[in-house]
Amino acid sequence: MTDRRPDPDALIVELRTKEATPGHGRLKVYLGMAAGVGKTYGMLADAQEARRRGLDVAIGYLEPHGRQATEALAAGLERILPVEVEHRGLMLKELDLDAALKRRPELMLVDELAHTNAPGMRHKRRWQDVEELLRSGIDVATTVNIQHLESLRDVVAQITGIFVQETVPDSLINSADQIELVDLPPEDLIRRIEEGKVYVPEKVQIALEGFFRAGNLSALRELALRRTAEHVDEQMRGFRQAATEPWHTTERIIVSVAPNRLAARVVRAAARMANSIHADLIAVFVESHRQATVTTRGRDLAADALRLAESLGAETVILSGEDIVQELIRLARKRNAPTIVVGKPIRPRWREIIFGSVVDELIRESGDINVFVITGAAETGTILRVAPPPKPGDIKTFGATIGIVGFCTILVAMLYPYFAPANLSMIYLLGVTMTAARYGQREAVLASLLSVFAFDVLFVPPRWTLAVTDVQYVMLFVVMLIVSLLISTLTARLRMQSQAASERERRTAALYDLSRRLAATRGRKDLGQATVEKVRELFDCDACVLLSDLESHELQPMPGSLTGFEQLANETLVARWVADHMTRAGHGTDTLAGAAATYFPLVADENSVGVLAVALNEALLQDQASIHLLETFASQLATAIHRANLAKHSHVAALQAETERLRSSLLSSVSHDLRTPLAVIEGSAESLMSSENTDDKQRGLAAAIRDEARRLGRLVRNLLDMTRMDSGAVELNRDWQSLEELVGAALSRTEPVLGDRNVIVHLAEELPLVYVDGVLLEQLLVNLLENASRYTPPGTRITISAESHESTIRVTVANNGPPLASGEEDAIFQRFHRKATDGDRGFGLGLAICRAIAEAHGGTIIGRNVETGVEFVITLPLPKAQPEVRDE
Amino acid sequence: MTIAIIDDELPMRRLLRAGLADGVRLVEAETGEAGIGLVAQENPDVVLLDLGLPDIDGIEVAKRIREWTDVPIIVLSARGQERDKIAALDAGADDYLTKPFGIGELQARIRVTLRHAERAKGPNPEALFESEGLRIDLSARQVFVEDSEIHLTPIEYKLLSTLVRHAGLVVTHKQLLTEVWGPAYAYEVHYLRVYMAQLRHKIESNPAQPRYLTTETGIGYRLRFT
Repeated sequence: MTDRRPDPDALIVELRTKEATPGHGRLKVYLGMAAGVGKTYGMLADAQEARRRGLDVAIGYLEPHGRQATEALAAGLERILPVEVEHRGLMLKELDLDAALKRRPELMLVDELAHTNAPGMRHKRRWQDVEELLRSGIDVATTVNIQHLESLRDVVAQITGIFVQETVPDSLINSADQIELVDLPPEDLIRRIEEGKVYVPEKVQIALEGFFRAGNLSALRELALRRTAEHVDEQMRGFRQAATEPWHTTERIIVSVAPNRLAARVVRAAARMANSIHADLIAVFVESHRQATVTTRGRDLAADALRLAESLGAETVILSGEDIVQELIRLARKRNAPTIVVGKPIRPRWREIIFGSVVDELIRESGDINVFVITGAAETGTILRVAPPPKPGDIKTFGATIGIVGFCTILVAMLYPYFAPANLSMIYLLGVTMTAARYGQREAVLASLLSVFAFDVLFVPPRWTLAVTDVQYVMLFVVMLIVSLLISTLTARLRMQSQAASERERRTAALYDLSRRLAATRGRKDLGQATVEKVRELFDCDACVLLSDLESHELQPMPGSLTGFEQLANETLVARWVADHMTRAGHGTDTLAGAAATYFPLVADENSVGVLAVALNEALLQDQASIHLLETFASQLATAIHRANLAKHSHVAALQAETERLRSSLLSSVSHDLRTPLAVIEGSAESLMSSENTDDKQRGLAAAIRDEARRLGRLVRNLLDMTRMDSGAVELNRDWQSLEELVGAALSRTEPVLGDRNVIVHLAEELPLVYVDGVLLEQLLVNLLENASRYTPPGTRITISAESHESTIRVTVANNGPPLASGEEDAIFQRFHRKATDGDRGFGLGLAICRAIAEAHGGTIIGRNVETGVEFVITLPLPKAQPEVRDE
Repeated sequence: MTIAIIDDELPMRRLLRAGLADGVRLVEAETGEAGIGLVAQENPDVVLLDLGLPDIDGIEVAKRIREWTDVPIIVLSARGQERDKIAALDAGADDYLTKPFGIGELQARIRVTLRHAERAKGPNPEALFESEGLRIDLSARQVFVEDSEIHLTPIEYKLLSTLVRHAGLVVTHKQLLTEVWGPAYAYEVHYLRVYMAQLRHKIESNPAQPRYLTTETGIGYRLRFT
């Protein structure tokens, strides 16, 4: 048993535990190469089968394609009625997520995973609905075509020429417990289309000439087959990994996101690579001066690519630095990533010679880091260096530029008689440098052009024309132009860098300030208030903190931070959703985008402690850096709140511990003071009974004393046990126990009271060991047996049986005595409940203690009348695995 | 014969006096410290030790007495003090009695501990154990139930012979695990549960209501010996 090879049994155990992962539903995906292969049909057929097996199946959404065979197969399955939404005059039907969550079937069918929901639904996309169903513990079966997989988008576009808009993140498909490939040879599919089984007749021709060409279909089919094979392989590896040593290192791939149209493609390619070698993907965007001239469009592209990377399961990082290459390499070394993926837009060769290329530099500097280059066509790869729209002050600066050049010209004119023209060009150079330093690159270029023009026309012979006779002046012009461009570029770069630095500085300062304020603040309310103030100050927008109540877990807005929007009922729901799912949602996100504010979850130590709501304006929403900063704020606040919660808890816990200490010392002294005299009385009576000097009458009296002392002893014991269990802090002294032994011990203790009642013990063979407090469980059995002896006539048969099920063990103590009064089945477990016919026999505590013991172990106990009499059934949870016992 | 009683409750001491009076000399102490002195002074044959003493812990008293003598110690305690009982047994006590107990029970316990003390002094340990139809020949490594031989695995035999050596006395889980499997297994109680069940199924006619191998829940096992 010590060898660590994965054996088949272990694999099955692994599979079972996976299946039993509580709380999260399982996903089954029916994957097809194209529409019409029979995914929905296959899914419905399986669902019917599942229903026959007794599973609770419901259809969450079925795409109405109007295919008769499919419709017929759906007959008899319960359907959750879709919600109807009006959008631009069309009635759209969508999955009713709330109804589905409320209905909670064991298996939910949701057709067309890649569908985009109508505006106004909770999520933008149907796969997000499915994720929520899974999170709430419902198993989901769904259908999807291969072209909808996010990472295959480019490949599909290359094959079919169609750029698919509706995609599903690979991470969701990868997490599926089962992928079923619904396959059909392309010829058969084409025949089906021709027979009109897939599309309505008028669409058949269009379909066959477009998407459904045999070549397309074969390629898509290959993709689907390969994808399924990869998934199977991955599951197998998962088992192998679980059954053997954990993997020591995880591969990491870094993908550099550039602000161009190639970015998304590079990210997808990197995601595919990462997926195939099971590596973590880190997508990084380096903000640097090189991109300082990048337009908003370029930033948008980069932000989109980062979001795409996130949806493909990557971690995203934004760095700012002077040198993209150095930043990338530094990150790769820091995160121990042996691979960097970059995109290389195809550009004219001269540009690379003059401006250099990030890719070439990266390859030169990378050392032992592998660099993968994804190339793209020229027009897709151009960095969009479109000039930004002129700022309001531009006219002024251009005017000033003209003024400076004019001043230089006057100066040159004055000095012209005394100096050679070549030397006077220096004065223009001075003017260009000043312009570059003062205003910007465009002004500098303008100044140099103007200077060259003025110098040429006014001073270079022949004067008053643009013509140049002396070749040396041409060189002068060129040098002047280059120098002015260089200077202006350098100064512009410097200015950008200082701007970026001050922006970073501002963020760091804000973060530092917040953390200092949070550290100096005590109490949950003040913590929330401090954060809200800081957010308002920094982003100039409404903000609010809602904290989970410690007891009720209801979200409550902090009194000081009321701004109005959080009082809307809808917004409260969004906040609730965010707190429950620990995911950002609301305005500017994919989820619940209709909300007025963006909601950041406050998560500390995997616990949701509340929500930070910020009503961001559009510009801030687009700014990844601001969102990152807010996320950092949220995590800082969450940690602080968590700390405050813990402090509160520990204060309460300290009080409880003190109370508990007092209670238990009181209990033990009461116990000692009551029990010692009883023990002495009982022992003395027994001595009297066994003494030879005692006559029969005295012996009878002694027996009465002994029995009553015993009865009193039992009462005291029960009262003390009940008090102990009541305090709620029963410390279970758990250990592996054998039921057979506990039953044996309980029987030997109750032997005197059971008298001539016939006890039959019937325990199943090979009962597993239970992980319980043996002393308490024995007490439970003793109480049940004492109870049986009290309420049944002599000669009654008592049966003790036990059997184990998958995750529970059930112990039954039955007797064939008189039945429980009807309606009493539950009442008997109440404290001080006594049978009307009890006389003076019971105290009504024994069964209440039984229940307390069973519940302390996470189990249950019930009493009921059965045909053969009365039975008490104890159900206890079994631990996941039995302890290992080495063979001899 | 001399029996020392260390108990702070006068009624309990009176009861013990009444139950043990015939032919026995009783010496008594009310506190732990006095008890230790009493044992040193009187050199009793058996010590009856209450766990709840006013000055020092009964467990501590057992430990201190064991520092110089092997006199049998029987601990008197209430139900629900399993941890204290185990601690006292591990500290060197030989057996325990749960209050309330009958005088008959007490006398039987004293007899068993005395017999073990006698045997320990003698030159040769007995090679044959016999009780109610169970017969174990330690020299020949043979086990018989009602005259038919039972075949045990090496570990089952080791487990049974360990209990035989302490026949009639309680043996704690830790003690059994250490002696049979070694100190590394001192807390692997599930080994005991599994092998004890095997052993019971071989030698008991009704393993759920054992005649020989009884369970002391939370403490250990006892080989019943009459």
